[in-house]
Amino acid sequence: MEALLASAIGVLTACGVFLILRARTFPVLLGLTLLSYAVNLFLFASGRLHLDAPPLIRAGASYTDPLPQALVLTAIVIGFGMTGYLAMLALRALAEAGDDHVDPGKDS
Amino acid sequence: MAHSHDSNLLLAAIPALAFAGCLLPLLLQRCGRAVAAIAAAAVMAGCLGLLLRLAAAAFAGQTQFFRLAWLPAWGLDFSLRLDGLGLLFCLLILGIGLLVVLYAAWYLPEEDRLGRFYSILLLFMAAMLGVVLAENLLLLLVFWEITSLSSFLLVAYRSDRHESRISARMALAVTGGGGLALFAGILLLGEIVGSHELSAILDAGERIRSSPLYTPALLLILLGAFTKSAQFPFHFWLPNAMAAPTPVSAYLHSATMVKAGVFLLARLYPALGSSDLWFWLVGGTGAVTLVYAAAIALFRNDIKGLLAYSTISHLGLITLLFGLDTPLSVIAGIFHIINHAIFKASLFMAAGIVDHECGTRDMRRVNGMFRYMPITATLAIIAAGSMAGVPLLNGFLSKEMFFAEAVSYSEPISWALPLLATVAGMLAVAYSARFVHDVFFNGEPVDLPRQPHEPPRWMRAPIELLVLLCLLVGVVPAWTVAPLLDAAAGAALQGPLPDFHLALWHGFNKPLLMSLLALAGGVLIYALRRPLFAWQEQLPPMHPRTAFERFYRLLALSARRCVFLLDNGSLQRYSALLFAFVFVLATWAHLSGPPGGGISVPALVADEAAVAALCVLLLGTVGATALYRERLLAVILVSLVGLAVTLTFIRLSAPDLALTQLAVEMGTIILMLLVLYYLPPRSAPKSSAARLSRDLLLALLAGGGMALLTLLMLSAPAASISGFYLQQSVPGGGGANVVNVILVDFRGFDTLGEITVLAMVALASQALLERLTLRSPAHDADGRRWDRDVHPLFLAMLTRPLLPLALTVSVYIFLRGHNVPGGGFVAGLITSVALVMQYLANGIDFAQPRLPARPAPLLAVGLLLAAGIGVASWPFGRPFLTSAHGHVQLPLLGDIELASAMVFDLGVYVVVVTVVVTILAGLGRLSLRARSGNEGPA
Repeated sequence: MEALLASAIGVLTACGVFLILRARTFPVLLGLTLLSYAVNLFLFASGRLHLDAPPLIRAGASYTDPLPQALVLTAIVIGFGMTGYLAMLALRALAEAGDDHVDPGKDS
Repeated sequence: MAHSHDSNLLLAAIPALAFAGCLLPLLLQRCGRAVAAIAAAAVMAGCLGLLLRLAAAAFAGQTQFFRLAWLPAWGLDFSLRLDGLGLLFCLLILGIGLLVVLYAAWYLPEEDRLGRFYSILLLFMAAMLGVVLAENLLLLLVFWEITSLSSFLLVAYRSDRHESRISARMALAVTGGGGLALFAGILLLGEIVGSHELSAILDAGERIRSSPLYTPALLLILLGAFTKSAQFPFHFWLPNAMAAPTPVSAYLHSATMVKAGVFLLARLYPALGSSDLWFWLVGGTGAVTLVYAAAIALFRNDIKGLLAYSTISHLGLITLLFGLDTPLSVIAGIFHIINHAIFKASLFMAAGIVDHECGTRDMRRVNGMFRYMPITATLAIIAAGSMAGVPLLNGFLSKEMFFAEAVSYSEPISWALPLLATVAGMLAVAYSARFVHDVFFNGEPVDLPRQPHEPPRWMRAPIELLVLLCLLVGVVPAWTVAPLLDAAAGAALQGPLPDFHLALWHGFNKPLLMSLLALAGGVLIYALRRPLFAWQEQLPPMHPRTAFERFYRLLALSARRCVFLLDNGSLQRYSALLFAFVFVLATWAHLSGPPGGGISVPALVADEAAVAALCVLLLGTVGATALYRERLLAVILVSLVGLAVTLTFIRLSAPDLALTQLAVEMGTIILMLLVLYYLPPRSAPKSSAARLSRDLLLALLAGGGMALLTLLMLSAPAASISGFYLQQSVPGGGGANVVNVILVDFRGFDTLGEITVLAMVALASQALLERLTLRSPAHDADGRRWDRDVHPLFLAMLTRPLLPLALTVSVYIFLRGHNVPGGGFVAGLITSVALVMQYLANGIDFAQPRLPARPAPLLAVGLLLAAGIGVASWPFGRPFLTSAHGHVQLPLLGDIELASAMVFDLGVYVVVVTVVVTILAGLGRLSLRARSGNEGPA
């Protein structure tokens, strides 16, 4: 399971980085989304992986680490806020420059 | 040397009053010019009064201290000292400062309200007082830098003139650069001695001179002193600084700032002097400056230019005297500091009057002024006589001491020094003669802009006083200047004074012969001026200023090129550099860190479901990346990834994360689709092969690195601080869902910060959408026309009843969140998705009037709820965000556990809903505007 998760994080990071390096705004937006998945999963994994151990207090249960989950929960929501803000920025840049290049005025 | 009062508060009051008072003229200038001038004078007089109360002890040879710990760990204390040397300089700074305040009120044009001028002047004065009173050398440096900065402002006072700005910048660059060198030198000195306090440094002369760091420390400190005191080859800033108003020149460029360098030589003489290096460096620089600047001064046509080069020459003389390294030469140097300040300040003021009355300072046009302003002319002639070293005037006495020193200095150059001294004396006589003859005699003025006459009475008063001092010191030195000179010299030498006495007449001896030679030679040189000027005309012109400007521009250009390498405005380059840098940093950290245990994963068995989820994730990720030009397909593939991540969270015991991720996923997809709608339909052109392989390499390095890092992290033994949270969740937080309790209770302050960030995102988005218009495309990327049926009836009918249902669900999720998966974040996301669905299905025209248009009030409500419940614990004597919980029995619903943290969670809920709806509905509203702008009703 750990190896699967590590490879998922690796592939998400690689694809996210590649897309962020593209020249148009839309792939950059996609790339940031993928990179957020990777980062959230990585942070989550720092609490180690446990099956059937949700951090809900019950009699005689075992629990996984709740702290990374709390961190990741806010990270997910803030990540969405950031993606939304970048989308606005991209549209504003499109309106100002008439072009969806990340560096307006260039064409590659 | 007796150290009286160990900490004298009165001493600290002097710079404190000066700094506190420096805003006064600016504040009072609305009451009139006179009030601003009186305020400036009052501050200076106040400082002078304080100083005089301490003067008696300083005259008696005592050193008074004030100490206040500032940053003791760095050896930086706010410690001051007042001894004879400091007293002398304080008197110069305050005395001439008062005269300059009076003079400037008449000199500066009527329309200048003077507040700004006097405030900067007072700031400069305060910093100068700090320099001469500092006991700690680091503190001295702080004041030293303030003098550089405030003199920049003063030289650039007429900021509308290009000339002023360029000159001020040059002065700042040279003296500021010297200040940096001085900083390094002082740090080295502190390294040698182990303290930055002058008392310790002055006692450690032997140790300093024998230290291997002596040479670099001396070089750096001298660099600071020589740039400030305009010694060759750093002299060029001073003539250019003549662009300053003349009161500034009279104050800064004769009596105070340029003297800071030689002050430093005097101050540190016991610590740094008495070595061959000191002799050659200080003496050599002084000698070269003395003769070189005197020769240049002769050829200047601008009155202030002549005076500026003369000042450089006299500073060279003082430097040379300190370099000669005998007690008597140090005394002569200090004596000349006093004399030069007196006669040069009066000469600058006289030059200012001539400029003021004639409208020009060019000596080829300003002639015969004696007829027009006989009193001013007489005063200026006396002061110029002092500059030339004519008997009965103060300049003669110190020059005579210099000649005596030159004659008695035997080794290693017995004949050279008297020769050099005599030549320098001749040149000084020659340029003084030129000043007097050209300006006040020599025929009639040529084409003056104004009709000159005597200046107002009070404008001349400062000069009268200074010239009177020239005469008094020159005729009866023992009754006037002697006690002050004794005190200052005693402090500079830090030891007993040699036997000397100040007198006009020492009998017929070699120095007198040299003086007579200098007078005769100087007159001869001036008589031969026509062939000399002709000879000078055909010399290749020397422009240190243009050279400096060229150097400056070269420096700026290369700096810009260096910056451009990193910062060329391309986001693509920044991103690539950032990723590459992070990779290098992480690799370096990994390789240089302590050896880890390697990869040994505590294998959790992967079942078929996990493998399947991974396959979906890989398919979505790689597919979206490969097909990113097919935008719609890419969005669908990314949503697949989101679902796989959600499943991962469920499987790995994180139900809260799964709920949140699922809700965010919906928002993300709607967002992407809305963005897609507006983006230009054409696909991006293909990247070049080189760019593509660079990006692929970076991507592979990043991905491989992250995978490796994850494995390494999972192999390391788990150590967590979460035990506390698990134990305290129910008894302390009143909730069984530990994640939620952490968010709203244990780490509530973090969450408050996070929802504040979210609120800022909403406000920023709102600002970005302000007056934004985009063309609504008629076709999609494949050229298909968008469906004209914007809001299908079926969808509309289905979503309206869904809204109350979805809202009920979100209330349920919210309420239960403290104990089972749910909470403010998830409930907020569900509510907002339900609201956005109304926008999508029924159209903006339906939804708009039913929802608040502006996010700011709602955001405020949310944040106030969260912060308010935190503050509510204060009246109970508990810290911010302490929670309380208990059980209430409600009819129908039965036992309900209520925690104050739920109010906090409600704040979170409100903020999340507002943010998501603002972003998504904002994008939707764009289409409304675009439609009405382009196509009319669709």
